[in-house]
Amino acid sequence: MFYDTVKGGDYRARETNVYRLASVSGNIIDQCVAQGVPFAREYGGLLDTRSFGGVQVQRTFYARGQTGQQLLIGAYQALERQVAAGTVQMFARHEMLELIVKNGVARGIVARDMVTGEVTPYTADAVVLATGGYGNVFFLSTNAMGCNVTAGWRAHRKGAYFGNPCYTQIHPTCIPVHGDNQSKLTLMSESLRNDGRIWVPKKAEDCSKDPRQIPEEDRDYYLERIYPSFGNLVPRDIASRQAKNMCDEGRGVGPVIKEVDADGQEHEVRRGVYLDFSDAISRLGKAGVEAKYGNLFDMYKQITAEDPYEVPMRIYPAVHYTMGGVWVDYDLETTIPGLFVAGEANFSDHGANRLGASALMQGLADGYFVLPNTINDYLADHHDGKLPDNDPAVVEAVNATKAQIDRLLSIKGSRTVDSFHKELGHIMWEYCGMARSEEGLKKAVGMIRELKKEFWRDVNVTGVAEDLNQTLERAGRLVDFFELGELMCIDALHRRESCGGHFRVEYQTEEGEAMRHDDEFAYVAAWEYAGEGGKPILHKEPLVYKAIELKQRSYK
Amino acid sequence: MKLTLKIWRQARGAAQGKLVDYKIDNVSEDMSFLEMLDQLNEELTAAGEEPVAFDSDCREGICGTCGVVINGTAHGRGNSPVPTTTCQLHMRSFHDGDTITIEPWKAKAFPVLKDLVVDRTALDRVIQAGGFISVNTGAAPDAHSLLAPKLQSDRAFDNATCIGCGACVAACPNASAMLFTSAKVTHLLNLPQGQPERFLRVKNMVGQHDAEGFGNCTNIGECSAVCPKGIQLESISTLNRDLVWSLFRKDGFTVA
Repeated sequence: MFYDTVKGGDYRARETNVYRLASVSGNIIDQCVAQGVPFAREYGGLLDTRSFGGVQVQRTFYARGQTGQQLLIGAYQALERQVAAGTVQMFARHEMLELIVKNGVARGIVARDMVTGEVTPYTADAVVLATGGYGNVFFLSTNAMGCNVTAGWRAHRKGAYFGNPCYTQIHPTCIPVHGDNQSKLTLMSESLRNDGRIWVPKKAEDCSKDPRQIPEEDRDYYLERIYPSFGNLVPRDIASRQAKNMCDEGRGVGPVIKEVDADGQEHEVRRGVYLDFSDAISRLGKAGVEAKYGNLFDMYKQITAEDPYEVPMRIYPAVHYTMGGVWVDYDLETTIPGLFVAGEANFSDHGANRLGASALMQGLADGYFVLPNTINDYLADHHDGKLPDNDPAVVEAVNATKAQIDRLLSIKGSRTVDSFHKELGHIMWEYCGMARSEEGLKKAVGMIRELKKEFWRDVNVTGVAEDLNQTLERAGRLVDFFELGELMCIDALHRRESCGGHFRVEYQTEEGEAMRHDDEFAYVAAWEYAGEGGKPILHKEPLVYKAIELKQRSYK
Repeated sequence: MKLTLKIWRQARGAAQGKLVDYKIDNVSEDMSFLEMLDQLNEELTAAGEEPVAFDSDCREGICGTCGVVINGTAHGRGNSPVPTTTCQLHMRSFHDGDTITIEPWKAKAFPVLKDLVVDRTALDRVIQAGGFISVNTGAAPDAHSLLAPKLQSDRAFDNATCIGCGACVAACPNASAMLFTSAKVTHLLNLPQGQPERFLRVKNMVGQHDAEGFGNCTNIGECSAVCPKGIQLESISTLNRDLVWSLFRKDGFTVA
């Protein structure tokens, strides 16, 4: 697993972190089982495993098609036990809006009560952020609506470096976009690729046909063709890019949509590929497929009104995960002493591409097995007690938070928050999505800056500060997405190579695979904030591989 | 399609709210119900009115954050054949010209925070009363040291799918959270790890359930009919059986 994860990350992960992750992965399963997570069992009562993208052996423990959800419920129950025991105090419906830093050390946060609107400082000896990823910078993603970068970004503004912001994972198996009012994209579990076969018509003129009418010899099972040894189970970045390539070639399926390319040309394209279960149904029977994927098939049918037992599913890649995040050292501590970041919010373990099931593994590893050790080491030397609420550092943080809220509410312009967010998402997807180019990225930076200016001039944030105000919450998050989006483009622009989820069209092999430049870019890009409008400062952490030899990834 | 919406508006802290009529046009049938509300909110904002507050997060039917009563049914049904969460309800379940009434979950234990947003932390406190297995991090034995029979494990799973959305409470004429509580109890009692605390757990969780102001179960079955995860009424029987046993048995002294 150590090797799979380093290779899957296209040799851009920190080797020592991945080694630790692999070492504790077994303990995670033990811990979750003990908590009552109902992992799949064999008839003998032992745990069952299955295979997943990017690996060739069955080594992934699972809980039907909702492993992540079950792990979350297990962790939630364990957390509620601590709440009952009085060791944890919960603040539901609160949002962190600022980090309190005194003498360069993290000493607490400022949070807003999202029901009453009250802004309160909470001071402490150390701060841990476990605030998730920033995929919603693209507006449309598989992330939940509430996901945002605010906690991490406000820490970044206070001095924490931001690592590899441009590494974004585009997941290959999502339900295609249906219209302009869409609010999010739905992921179909990657496990579907175990039994489903992905194809597009060989001939562009077949694309409008009913897929059941297209004979076997006219179908192009392109992943099986290009990558015979991994087939449909290639890592996510590769499966996604190939789906895009097929559609760009004019062999996509589904409804025709109009797109405008970088030089303003409008053209028609279909954005979808088939994920076909007819082979699996004839092999396992309908009941067999239902037992494995029933809930996913129901979900698909509910959303699209098409029955995947009869017609192949249509899927298309969508933003799913962000490998980048706040830079942390081996102890998960940021460049601000006393500030620790765990899970997707940090950058640490997945390099330029994450393998299936690894997000759960990393989140649980960080929280259960890494932080409890490393933070104790910090606390041993730092237990100065709480800062008083009238300490200048606290007052400054509270005032800055309130000032931003007031500023947002006072603009009273003409455009809604979501209209800006959609526009930002469109820029990001177009120029900093699956294929990036120098020209496009430069253009995107300019567009984002313009949009941000317009936002501060013309946004309409309704309501008042002292209320449950969802528009205000979204506006505050969007402010940070603008700045993050710009940094993502700057990072993507400076990394003149292709690796994992970061694909620069200028740097590819003759067969269209990602081409790394290890001599120049085998490092983590850790960006330092340089003030409003300032040029971010790049710090390089070299990636040293001792146990694993750097080589070109091959899944053929 | 064109729709008339009657939406519950209640200011924060207000004791009462009222249904307010809104007209909405250009609703596409591929939109989800919440995307339709998003569109309404965009239009309200443009018109200088305050948008309708409602909860949602994953919009994939798996997090349990969303949920409103639509035309009298928790999460709404439209013409969809299976119960879903509100976020998975699509506008193709409605027709042009329909009038749709949208209200929050209504229960004493779920106070309205604003408009369609309610406070469901009462469910968290039911979990705090015993909806867990007492194991500290780092102290877990090897997962394979405890064998779990597949069929029983599957039964645990069927109940573990509960997302705690609270639709069962909203649907119940008694505002009972028994389906929720029984799902959690049945999940854990079907696992070997859940045995040591089995009887104390059910006693404490039911005690907290009552203390929160949820009503009791009178076997009406509305809860199961709206449950987006298909939790069966049978789970409540399982809970009741263990609850009765808990009066006579202490954990560890008898084998069920």
